[in-house]
Amino acid sequence: MSFHYYPGCTLKTKAKDLDECARKSAEALGVPLIEWEEWQCCGTVYPQAQDEIATRLAAIRALDEARRNGSDLLTICSACHHVMKRINRDMQTNEDIRTKANNYLALDTPYTGQTRVVHYLEMLRDTVGFDELRKRVLYPLTGRRIGAYYGCMLLRPSKEMQFDDPENPSIMEDFLEAIGAEPVRYPYRNECCGGYVALEEAALVGELCGKVLDSARQKGAEALITACPLCRYNLRKNGSKQDMPVYYFSELLAEALGVNRTNTEPVRLEK
Amino acid sequence: MSPVRSEPAEIVTEMSGVNPRKCMRCGKCSATCPSFSKIDIPPHRFVMMVENGEIEALLSSQLLWKCLSCFACVERCPRGVEPSKLVEAVRLLQIRGQGKNYRTPDDVPQFVEADEEIPQQLITSTLRKYSK
Repeated sequence: MSFHYYPGCTLKTKAKDLDECARKSAEALGVPLIEWEEWQCCGTVYPQAQDEIATRLAAIRALDEARRNGSDLLTICSACHHVMKRINRDMQTNEDIRTKANNYLALDTPYTGQTRVVHYLEMLRDTVGFDELRKRVLYPLTGRRIGAYYGCMLLRPSKEMQFDDPENPSIMEDFLEAIGAEPVRYPYRNECCGGYVALEEAALVGELCGKVLDSARQKGAEALITACPLCRYNLRKNGSKQDMPVYYFSELLAEALGVNRTNTEPVRLEK
Repeated sequence: MSPVRSEPAEIVTEMSGVNPRKCMRCGKCSATCPSFSKIDIPPHRFVMMVENGEIEALLSSQLLWKCLSCFACVERCPRGVEPSKLVEAVRLLQIRGQGKNYRTPDDVPQFVEADEEIPQQLITSTLRKYSK
């Protein structure tokens, strides 16, 4: 089964590693990702007001394109996933938003939320399977104590995101185990890094990232993984003194599969 | 005849889709708010002030610019009140006014010059939250 891949703005610029490692890994795992050339930025933040229509349209266009192709929409950035998932739900459940957006877009067939929005980690768990992934790992991350940083966007609000248990998630730890690492659970893994106020309130973001990093360090993590370019930026910028590397989860996946950027050709693996 | 204008509190509840009367004042939203130490009006009081129609005072609230949209208050509210939606509605009420943008695209060069590592996601979300 192929996926309609939606990389999002930052994966084409500052977060190229997140994108490239994810693509090479998917190829090695035999999961075709097809990128629609005309995608636009999802807007990065979910418009919470009921009367915000224009700010929902770019996401709806991408969702509708996936529907036309009969594919699930695959996201990887936490913010894109959050926006796509919630706007898709609006199109399923909110008649006013659905009507106005469709009136504006004037599609051949109205879009009513038919597309399924899948995060890359969900694809690894449900399409590939963590047991199968474990078999495909060539270079297990044995002995590496890694903390998963979930942040906010993947988990909350859980009623809408339906990603994992919002207070005690496990999908990233299960992923870490599958690639041979030792997952480190720590209390602040689902607390906010400060997000977009980084430009307004650097001190607040420093404080919040400090709590996350201290919490991870106290539980013995030597590095963190995240799916979000903004979380990674905030944690790295504010955690530089703490000497805690923050990777994209796809970087470790590529390393474990032997397809990381130092290799020019992805390694093709037999079952 | 002048057109009938809704009261600001009505606009906010309609725009947000939130019923502030569901709030039972337990304060869990404020207890879990990561910005609590930096704001003048904490989320539970914000909800109460919307219910009381005190929108004018909220238009100058620090929470409009310091809410992180982390949805901790939404997730952890035992009554499903969704305080962050009220904050967003009041912020929109403010920035939709002429000349009321908190940030504008003119600010972008200074952000980027200050740190070239800034991800696009941060610039876009800042503009999406703080300008219309």
